[in-house]
Amino acid sequence: MTDLKNGSVKQANLNLSRTEIIERSLAKRYRAEKRFRCYGIMAIVFGLMCVALLFTDIISKGYKAFAQTYIQLEVTYDANILGITDLNDPQQVALGDFQGIVKQALKNRFEGVSGRKAKRELYGVISNGAGYRLRDRLVANHQLLNQSETLWLVADDDIDTYYKSMGSDAGPFVGRMSEQRQGWIEQLTEADEVELRFNRNFFVQGDSREPELAGIRGAAMGSLFTLIITILLSFPIGVAAAVYLEEFAPRNRWTDLIEVNINNLAAVPSIIFGLLGLAIFINFFHVPRSVPLVGGLVLTLMTLPTIIISSRAAIKAVPPSIREAAIGVGASPMQVVLHHVLPLAMPGMMTGAIIGMAQALGETAPLLMIGMVAFIVDVPGGFTDPSTVLPVQIFLWADSPERAFMEKTSAAIMVLLAFLIVMNTLAVILRKKMERRW
Amino acid sequence: MKNTHKLAIAGAAIALTMASTTVLAAARDYVSVVGSSTVYPFATVVAERFGKSTGNATPKVESTGSGGGMKLFCSGVGTIHPDVTNSSRRMKASEYKLCQDNGVTDVIEVLIGYDGIVVANSKAREPMQLTRKDLFLALAVQVPGADGKLIANPYKTWKDVNPALPNTKIEVLGPPPTSGTRDAFSELAMEGGAKKFADLAALHGSKDAGEIKMLMAKLDIPESVFNKKGKTVFKAVAHAIREDGHYIEAGENDNLIVQKLEANPNALGIFGFSFLDQNSDKVQGSIVEGVEPEFDTIANKSYPISRPLYFYVKKAHIGVVPGIEGYLAEFSSEKAWGEEGYLADKGMIPMPTELRKQYATSIKSQQLMTEPK
Repeated sequence: MTDLKNGSVKQANLNLSRTEIIERSLAKRYRAEKRFRCYGIMAIVFGLMCVALLFTDIISKGYKAFAQTYIQLEVTYDANILGITDLNDPQQVALGDFQGIVKQALKNRFEGVSGRKAKRELYGVISNGAGYRLRDRLVANHQLLNQSETLWLVADDDIDTYYKSMGSDAGPFVGRMSEQRQGWIEQLTEADEVELRFNRNFFVQGDSREPELAGIRGAAMGSLFTLIITILLSFPIGVAAAVYLEEFAPRNRWTDLIEVNINNLAAVPSIIFGLLGLAIFINFFHVPRSVPLVGGLVLTLMTLPTIIISSRAAIKAVPPSIREAAIGVGASPMQVVLHHVLPLAMPGMMTGAIIGMAQALGETAPLLMIGMVAFIVDVPGGFTDPSTVLPVQIFLWADSPERAFMEKTSAAIMVLLAFLIVMNTLAVILRKKMERRW
Repeated sequence: MKNTHKLAIAGAAIALTMASTTVLAAARDYVSVVGSSTVYPFATVVAERFGKSTGNATPKVESTGSGGGMKLFCSGVGTIHPDVTNSSRRMKASEYKLCQDNGVTDVIEVLIGYDGIVVANSKAREPMQLTRKDLFLALAVQVPGADGKLIANPYKTWKDVNPALPNTKIEVLGPPPTSGTRDAFSELAMEGGAKKFADLAALHGSKDAGEIKMLMAKLDIPESVFNKKGKTVFKAVAHAIREDGHYIEAGENDNLIVQKLEANPNALGIFGFSFLDQNSDKVQGSIVEGVEPEFDTIANKSYPISRPLYFYVKKAHIGVVPGIEGYLAEFSSEKAWGEEGYLADKGMIPMPTELRKQYATSIKSQQLMTEPK
C-alpha cells in the first residue's frame, strides 16, 4: 500500500515544474534559516545577560566601599595622656597612648557616658587606626603638642556599615550596634559631624583586619612584582622556543613529541604548577615562601605554553615569500628571523603574551601551595618582600567574618576586572593597529 | 637587534634570581606564622597591631589549617621554616615526634582562648532546642537500634530523632573532614552524644581488648574495625558522619554557609562562633543542652561545644628572627587576650585570669612543652 502511495507522490512531484518545487520548499528553508540565526542570537543574549548580572551584582555590592564614614572630633594632643615629654625621643612617641586622646575627645563630645560597657562602646565608635594617624600628624608637626585641632577621623566598621545602610529600604543594618550607639550616630548626624568621604585608604593601604583600614595597594603591588618576573622570564623563553620550533627544528618524531607536550601543558590544571613550584623552587632551591619571586617563577611555568603556542601561530602567519625574498638577497637564516620574521610576528606574539599575563593575573590556585595566600600588612617594596596578589586578596576578604568586608570584596573584584579589561583591550588594540595582513 | 637585548635581559634576570636567592635564604626580618584557619582571624589582628605600634615588620600569617601548619612547623629549624604555628587543637603525639625527629626539640606551647562551635539556623524559624544526643542520632552513619545493635541511620526528620523537635527534614550544612571545625565538632558534639548510650560509653571507657571485642559483638560491629588494641573502635563509630544527603559538606567558607542558611530556612549550619556574632541579623544559634551559644556561656564552659585554641613557638628561632618576642608579648598582653581585649571583640572567648597569667609567665620564661599523650 505504502509503496504505491509513495510512488504516486513521486509521480505528482515529477509533474510539478522545478521552480514550483523550489518555491514550495523555500518558505521552509527561510524558516530554518531564521531559526538558525535565532539560536545564535539567543546564545549571545544569554552570555550578555550573565555578564550584566555579574556586573550589576558586583557593582551594587561594591560601590559603597569607595566611600568611608568619617566622624568630626576636636582632638587635644594632651602631653599628659600621651605620656610624651620629649618628641625627639622615638621610643616615647612609639609608646604614646594616641588612642587615649581619641578616647578623651569622644568623652568630651558625649558627656555623661558612664559604666564600663558604655564607655567601651563609645571608644569603639572611632577606628583604632585613628591613633596612628594622630601620631603621624604630631611627628610631622611638633608644635601640635598640647594644642587642639578639629579633624575628620575614620569611623569603626560597625558604624560604617550602619551609617551606609541607614537610607536603605530594609532599614539600617543593626548587627552588633546597641541602641545607645545608634543614638550617638543620630546625634552626630543632626550636628552634621558625620559624613561619607572618598575612601582613600582603600587605594593606599595594605591589608588589615579592620575593614575600615584595609586597602588593595599591597595586593596590587604584589601582583605587579609577580607579573614583572613572569613577563621577564616567560616572554623571552617562550619566543625563543617558538622561533626554534618554527624556523630551525627538523620535522621528526622528537619535535612532534615536544609539540604534543606543549599543547598538553597548556591544558594542565594550574594547581599542578603550584605543586611543582613548591617541590622545585621552595624545597630544592630554598627560595623563600610567599614572595613575588617564587610566585613569578610558578606563573612563568603556567604561562609558557600559552606564549609558545601563540608565538608559533604568529610566526606561522608570516608568509613564506618574505623569508624566500630575504634569503634571495643573501640574508643568513638568523638575519631572516631577526630582521624580517620576528618584527612581523611581534604584534601577534605580544597579544599572546598579554593574554597569558591576564590569565596569570587572575590565578590563585598555584599560589596556594607556595604561601602567597597569607595575611600581609606591609606593602611589598621589592621582589623578595612577602606579598599576596589581587585574586588572593579577594579570596581572603570573602572568607572574613566582618560584615564590612563584603563590600570590600566586591570593590576588589571591580579593581581586578578593571585591570583585566585594560589588558585585554590593549591586546585587541595591538592586534588591530600593528598586525599586517597579507 | 632588539631581541638580542631581550635575551640579555632575560639572562640577567635569571642570574639575579639565583644570586638573590642564596642571599635571601640566610636571613628573614619578619616573623612567619602558619596554621589553623580558626586562629587566623585572631593571629592576624595581633600581627597587625604589633607591626603598626612598634614599627617592626608585620608578621606574615598564613592560613594552612592546623594539620598543615604542624607539618610546616615541624619540618626543621632555620629561617626557611615558620616560627609559630596556630592550632585549633593540641599538638598530637605523632606531630610532636615529627618535630623531635627534624630537630625541632624546643617548643613553647601557649593556650590563647576558646572558640565555640554553633549549630545555627535562619532567623525566619524558631531556634532549635538540641542535645548532643540529638545531633549524634541525626548525623551519625550508624546509630543504636531498638535491640541495641548498630543499624544504618534510619532518621529522616528531626521529629524522628526526638518527638519534641519540629517535623522538618534533617539538613545540616557543615565543614569537610579536612577542617579543624569538623574535628572539633566530631570530638565534642558527636562523641558527647554517642556517650549517652551505655554500650558506646563502655566502649569509649574500656581499655581491655577482650571487653572491647565483646562489646563489638553486642553492638554488631564487624571485626575488621578492631585495630591498635581497639582504641579506635569508638571513634570509628562516633566520628562517622552520614553521607546520604542529610549532612552536606559546604566547604571551608563559613560565610557561604550563612548565605545558604538564609536561602533555606529549614537547614542547620555548623560554624565558628565569630561568624554567628557577625551575622546575628540573619542567623541564630541553636540551644544545645539548654544553653545558648553566647560569649559568657562559652567562656564559663557551660556551652558544651567549645574548643581550645593554641599556638606553638620554636624556641630556637627566638633571638634569631627579630620580632618573635614582641609578637608573643603583644599576644599575651591584657589588651589583646584579656576579658575586654581586642581579640574578644573579634569573637575569641578569653581564658580565665589564672590561666592567662600562667601562660603569660610560661612565655616569659620560655618554658618548653612536654610530650603530649
